[in-house]
Amino acid sequence: MSAITLSLVVAGLALIGWLTARTRAAGFRTGAQRFSSLPTHHGWYVALWTVIPPLVFLVIWAAVSPAMVTDAVLTNPAATQLPPPGFDRASILSEARELGAGRAFGAFNETSRLLAPAYAAAQSRYDWIATALALLLAFAGGAYAFTRIRPGFAARTRIERIVMGALLAASLIAILTTIGIVASLVYEAARFFSVVPITDFLFGTHWSPQVIDPRDPGASLGAVPLFWGTFFIGAVIAMAVAIPFGLMSAIYLTQYAAPRTRRWMKPILEVLAGVPTVVYGYFAALTVAPAVRDFAVSIGISWASSESALAAGAVMGVMIIPFVSSMADDSLAAVPSAMRDGSLAMGATSSETIRKVLLPAALPGVVGGVLLAISRAIGETMIVVMAASGVATLTANPFASTTTVTRQIVDLLTGEAEFDSPKTLAAFALGLTLFVVTLLLNIVALRVVKRYREAYE
Amino acid sequence: MSNEPKMTARHVNVSYGPKQALHDVSIDIEQDKVVAFIGPSGCGKSTFLRTLNRMNDTVASARVDGDIRLDGQDIYAPEMDVVQLRARVGMVFQKPNPFPKSIFENIAYGPRIHGLATGKADLDVVVERSLTRAGLWNEVKDRLTDSGTALSGGQQQRLCIARAIAVDPEVILMDEPCSALDPIATAKIEELIHELRGRYAIAIVTHNMQQAARVSQKTAFFHLGTLVEYGATSDIFTNPVQERTKDYITGRYG
Repeated sequence: MSAITLSLVVAGLALIGWLTARTRAAGFRTGAQRFSSLPTHHGWYVALWTVIPPLVFLVIWAAVSPAMVTDAVLTNPAATQLPPPGFDRASILSEARELGAGRAFGAFNETSRLLAPAYAAAQSRYDWIATALALLLAFAGGAYAFTRIRPGFAARTRIERIVMGALLAASLIAILTTIGIVASLVYEAARFFSVVPITDFLFGTHWSPQVIDPRDPGASLGAVPLFWGTFFIGAVIAMAVAIPFGLMSAIYLTQYAAPRTRRWMKPILEVLAGVPTVVYGYFAALTVAPAVRDFAVSIGISWASSESALAAGAVMGVMIIPFVSSMADDSLAAVPSAMRDGSLAMGATSSETIRKVLLPAALPGVVGGVLLAISRAIGETMIVVMAASGVATLTANPFASTTTVTRQIVDLLTGEAEFDSPKTLAAFALGLTLFVVTLLLNIVALRVVKRYREAYE
Repeated sequence: MSNEPKMTARHVNVSYGPKQALHDVSIDIEQDKVVAFIGPSGCGKSTFLRTLNRMNDTVASARVDGDIRLDGQDIYAPEMDVVQLRARVGMVFQKPNPFPKSIFENIAYGPRIHGLATGKADLDVVVERSLTRAGLWNEVKDRLTDSGTALSGGQQQRLCIARAIAVDPEVILMDEPCSALDPIATAKIEELIHELRGRYAIAIVTHNMQQAARVSQKTAFFHLGTLVEYGATSDIFTNPVQERTKDYITGRYG
């Protein structure tokens, strides 16, 4: 029975359970007595008991059954020809599995061709077992729930509990995924650091992963130029664009703009935040970068790069403007209007009020917003892939080319090196570093913002 | 001192969008006296107070007509400098609103922006004088660098009064300055108003009729956006002319 048929059958059982339970519960309601649950609640209670147990079973089954199928296949006489456990054995088995399932045509290995029928047989046997168990569970769950239905039964509270459980499961999945991501990063990064000393990586100033000396891989995997490039493009140049423009637009929108102007201007600014980063990438590479180079040449810097840090950083800054602007807007709006009135009533002008009262009061919120913006900028990938250079140079000249951590990760992983080479593994070490830095920035920023909010609420 | 009133208002109408909040109010505010504006909520007394230093300008929908003069000068005239006006007509708000700065900086803010004091020594003098006049100096002189928001509610309100005094205003407007304070703090503010009377013309909006009776020499009773009666406080409270005033004073409504 295919997965679709199985789900339809289970759904059908649930529907039957829902209808019969509702009818039965409706039969209880004869007198003027009040019940804790409506007939539909009983119906849902039975339906959920029909669906959830087979669902849970199938999820667990999906995790454990491949191993069981493989164990069954290994009892086949042909399995004695398999090489000892390792990469080859695993690839032959997986080929046999694909053949058996009819997803591949033509075998690479003789052994996998021999094992394919065994796989097909074992798979179909286990599939039948699974189907039968699932149906049995659906039926048993539904029947159990049905027997519990009686006039005073609080089906409504049970459903509430199931809903809560489902919501909890949803949030746990997000958390578990994050933990999984971190774990895989840490694992791969640990493999990298077993080859390359961590001090070489963190403090080395020479980065050229294309030519790695196998005897001393750390010598060409010093990430300082990348960290500097990321900081220079994301935290210096981008913020030099984003902070003044974002802040000034927020001040204009909250303090000076008439409500009508604000109504059309704010949404347009927010559209900037919705532009896909790859589009900013084109813009940076095709429009801004040549213009920056031409400008640099015209002022006498003949060696200016067409992949300058300035072009990538400036476009990144533009991308972040709406973000900074909306954070600053929120913090300015959170300053009680009594502050503003108090200052105006003393005869201060609007700009004096903003500079001397509103901005200092909103400062923690603005700083928090800027930190969040930096953490976004240094994690930003697409713009730098398209507009920044791939060559790591340690420079503070905005017209020179620099590279960033994210750009290098893309370069390292899209190369053709084998997966466990130091070059590829370096990408995970870079990813881990980036993750730790952005995490710290986010924690600090959220704390600053939160403390500030508490001060006024 | 001349007998000319410090401020005069003639036929003042105020509307917020289509809603008219004040109808044809005419009143004089005299030097060295305290005028109390009383009346039920929404009667327009605060609105009127805010026309006197043009704080209604900050409300986009507000429109003011009529003639309001400070020392005979039309404050709504196009050539009037609002910044100067507000320096001359100070304001204290309902809720204490010290800036989130030190006590010293709260007071120094006004003199600095108006260039009334230059240099630390000058500022020190202004700060001490203002805090002394507001009756706060002895309580805070040892902690001028503490944040103004760390003071108690009553102290914060006196800080706001000191802040208003620091720019040497001629008129001080107070918009229910005690409504957020406890009775002891209220008593201190009332005492302070008594002491300030000789120096400034003061207009105070209050919900509390006893307070109006205690602090003011003249009282204006507002109702539904009109000025019902204006006269010496003793007359308003003991012998009101208008039936509506009498009903309000005796607690028939409001």
